[in-house]
Amino acid sequence: MENYVIEMLNIRKEFPGIVANDNITLQVKKGEIHALLGENGAGKSTLMNVLFGLYQPEKGEIRVDGKKVEINDPNVANRLGIGMVHQHFMLIDTFTVAQNIVLGSEPKKGIKIDMKKAVREVQELSDRYGLQVDATAKISDISVGMQQRVEILKTLYRGANVVILDEPTAVLTPQEIKELIVILKTLIKEGKSIILITHKLKEIMEVCDRCTVIRKGQGIGTVEVSETNPNDLASLMVGREIRFSTEKKPAEPKETILSIEGLTVQDSRHVDMVKELDLDIRAGEIVGIAGVDGNGQTELIEAITGLRKKSAGKVTLKNQDITNMPVRAITESGVSHIPQDRHKLGLVLDYSIGENIVLQTYYQKPYSTGGFLSFKRIFDKAKALIEEYDVRTPSHLSKARTLSGGNQQKAIIGREIDRNPDLLIAAQPTRGLDVGAIEFIHKRLIEQRDQGKAVLLVSFELDEILNVSDRIAVMFDGKIIATVNPKETNEQELGLLMAGSKLEKEGAQN
Amino acid sequence: MFSSTKFNFIIPIISVILGLVAGAIIMLIFGYNPILGYQALWNGVFDSPFFMSETVNRITPYILTGLAIAFAFRTGLFNIGAEGQVLVGWVAAVWVGTAIDAPAFIHLPLALLAAAAAGALWAFIPGILKAKLGVHEVIVSIMMNYIALHITNYLIRSVLTDNQETTEPVKQTASLTNDFLIGLTGSRLHLGFIVALLMVLVMWVILERTKLGYELKAVGYNQHASNYAGMKVERNIVISMLISGLFAGLAGAMQGLGSFGNAFTNTAFSNLGFDGIAVALLGGNNPFGVVLSASLFGFLKVGSLNMSTAGVPNEIIEIVIALIILFVASGFIIRWALLQLKKGEKK
Ligand SMILES: Nc1ncnc2c1ncn2[C@@H]1O[C@H](COP(=O)(O)OP(=O)(O)OP(=O)(O)O)[C@@H](O)[C@H]1O
Ligand SMILES: [Mg+2]
Repeated sequence: MENYVIEMLNIRKEFPGIVANDNITLQVKKGEIHALLGENGAGKSTLMNVLFGLYQPEKGEIRVDGKKVEINDPNVANRLGIGMVHQHFMLIDTFTVAQNIVLGSEPKKGIKIDMKKAVREVQELSDRYGLQVDATAKISDISVGMQQRVEILKTLYRGANVVILDEPTAVLTPQEIKELIVILKTLIKEGKSIILITHKLKEIMEVCDRCTVIRKGQGIGTVEVSETNPNDLASLMVGREIRFSTEKKPAEPKETILSIEGLTVQDSRHVDMVKELDLDIRAGEIVGIAGVDGNGQTELIEAITGLRKKSAGKVTLKNQDITNMPVRAITESGVSHIPQDRHKLGLVLDYSIGENIVLQTYYQKPYSTGGFLSFKRIFDKAKALIEEYDVRTPSHLSKARTLSGGNQQKAIIGREIDRNPDLLIAAQPTRGLDVGAIEFIHKRLIEQRDQGKAVLLVSFELDEILNVSDRIAVMFDGKIIATVNPKETNEQELGLLMAGSKLEKEGAQN
Repeated sequence: MFSSTKFNFIIPIISVILGLVAGAIIMLIFGYNPILGYQALWNGVFDSPFFMSETVNRITPYILTGLAIAFAFRTGLFNIGAEGQVLVGWVAAVWVGTAIDAPAFIHLPLALLAAAAAGALWAFIPGILKAKLGVHEVIVSIMMNYIALHITNYLIRSVLTDNQETTEPVKQTASLTNDFLIGLTGSRLHLGFIVALLMVLVMWVILERTKLGYELKAVGYNQHASNYAGMKVERNIVISMLISGLFAGLAGAMQGLGSFGNAFTNTAFSNLGFDGIAVALLGGNNPFGVVLSASLFGFLKVGSLNMSTAGVPNEIIEIVIALIILFVASGFIIRWALLQLKKGEKK
């Protein structure tokens, strides 16, 4: 008899119109890192939410340490030693790290909260697992990577033995991912078990012991990672062969579409984040911006699209000055924007997916005539895009909130490409997507280029930048410090450039 | 699995039933007969055409203030200022109704329009302050309520009358009352309910069928995404408040041109605006739901006046109403209980 900490046997979970988990079995051994792999919408988050007590399964049995249990809310899960770090964090911005961590199980001194003790306990815990978190820092002041560690600490503070991590690496930079992996290994050494959801097969190969694959809500099976390879994993999960690098013909750049001259942009604290930046993008090319997070990429995009004020410089689109135009005018003059933060910018989560499809076009014919909306036209469009972009949802009437993360992203990408822009800005377009979807999106971006569109791609994934771009602009400290040809560079060189070191051979220009 | 729309129906209905049951228990505890009490409540409304008409007159402004609150809620705002907007609407309607001579087809619409405009103006101020300066609309609205109370009192005493507490009745050409209805029921049943029902449709059409409604709701749900989509967030906040204030202003007109036919000084608020919050909540912020919940409120308020005939103090009904609201507000508890029940069934 194997020694399982967690056993989920024949779990079934339905949502209106969809079976999210259909007879899935997941068995986690003590002390292992167990990967959960599946396409977007396969039902991974749902299964974990069942284990964490957020959803009640219609059928099936859960056992912890061999004992049958009934987990009907997260407090029960906590008591059973199960902790979860969600795909989207649940921290209170204005609280400190320690306050967030002890929230709900505060150490007391009489009836007062013993904050000193809380800080001490949190700090001890952080040091023990090498998390390097400052217990007194405010959440709004720390990076996303740090916030994630706070979430991990939170589970440990509550005594978790099994930690569930739902796509932890999707929001991290490559460096942060390396650090996270070290942390995971420390946790295992301390006797914890981990369930890790990720779409990155490389990560599974690197840290996981076993991997359970689910496809369209059904359990496909569990494999030993040491006996498999990324290709097999991908085909198990998608049910077909996947190509990891997208084929494309050489770019044929034509006239300049976007021209940026001397652009300076400040962030909300009035610090210059983009500094006198120059950049041209021509029709028929994909320019990839490589750079470590926080070097002005976000502000650059927000400035181009009109979401952020520019303090100096000029932006021209097809010879038209769009520097000081409002968002809508810029959108109408031919700019599409796949935003980095899909929940904050990309979607109105409480609108149906159909309503979200016309987020920038609802006021135009044929969707609106004389101020009245034609939902038939809107939903026809939505149905067509859902079909074309393989957005997995029970219907176009489902709230955007209920779609899986990857399917939300596919809907946004479909909407933005379908507007037929001259300039397509894609910020982290494949964040959180499964390998099949990534292949699909990359094809779409290249297809746009081949149709003579200018494409600006911002990504922290060097693979993606190298694979998709025709020209790579390296951004460091608010400036483009080098432009390189993806065929003549590699991850190492890019890594150095992104850290700010100058290129010796300036020959790679354009 | 219950869908959320089903819950939107179930929770208010269960809350009403629980509220009435709790009311019965309280009556029992204090030694009253709940069956007789509720019978008197029912008869208080349905025994005579007069009281039935009075009930309709009560329901009408509730519908409008309910719409005002619900509209704001649906677009992400909390218009606690409906109270003040009712007052200014009321006085504006009476002012036009007393000061001008015109044929009815001009006079009445003009008086209604004045009330709507006054209410909208009163809501505009918190709206613009929120949009431009980020001041929370609740704070400003509450202050606007007090300003409305004192300004309308001043206007009645010093402008509309010569130091009187009550104005002249509005001219027949501006009145919502109608001889035929008065003859039929012997009450002041007036045509305001038509205005109110029309506004129910207006709210539904704006929110569910127009591009304006699409924008207003989007801004209410997610300002960042609305901004990304090129919507003018600030302008939309102001428009939401204007429309909300318009409904509340019309509620004032119902009183000034209908139920009372004049305006009078107040030492305290009418509570129409505050009750509107409860109406909207019970009606699930849905325009048709608001009609149902306003009807229940009107029915309970008028019917309770008759409960003393059964020896039951009518304050019981205030308790029942408060409990209903409490149950609705804690709807998640009911939701939880239902889910537990469902689970129990399966085993
Ligand atoms: N609260 C909900 N209400 C209705 N449907 C839901 C809800 N949550 C998830 N679903 C549906 O269940 C299915 C599985 O979703 P889930 O979030 O588990 O996918 P996932 O495997 O985590 O995908 P991703 O990799 O994209 O995050 C999807 O089709 C989704 O639309
Ligand atoms: Mg997920």
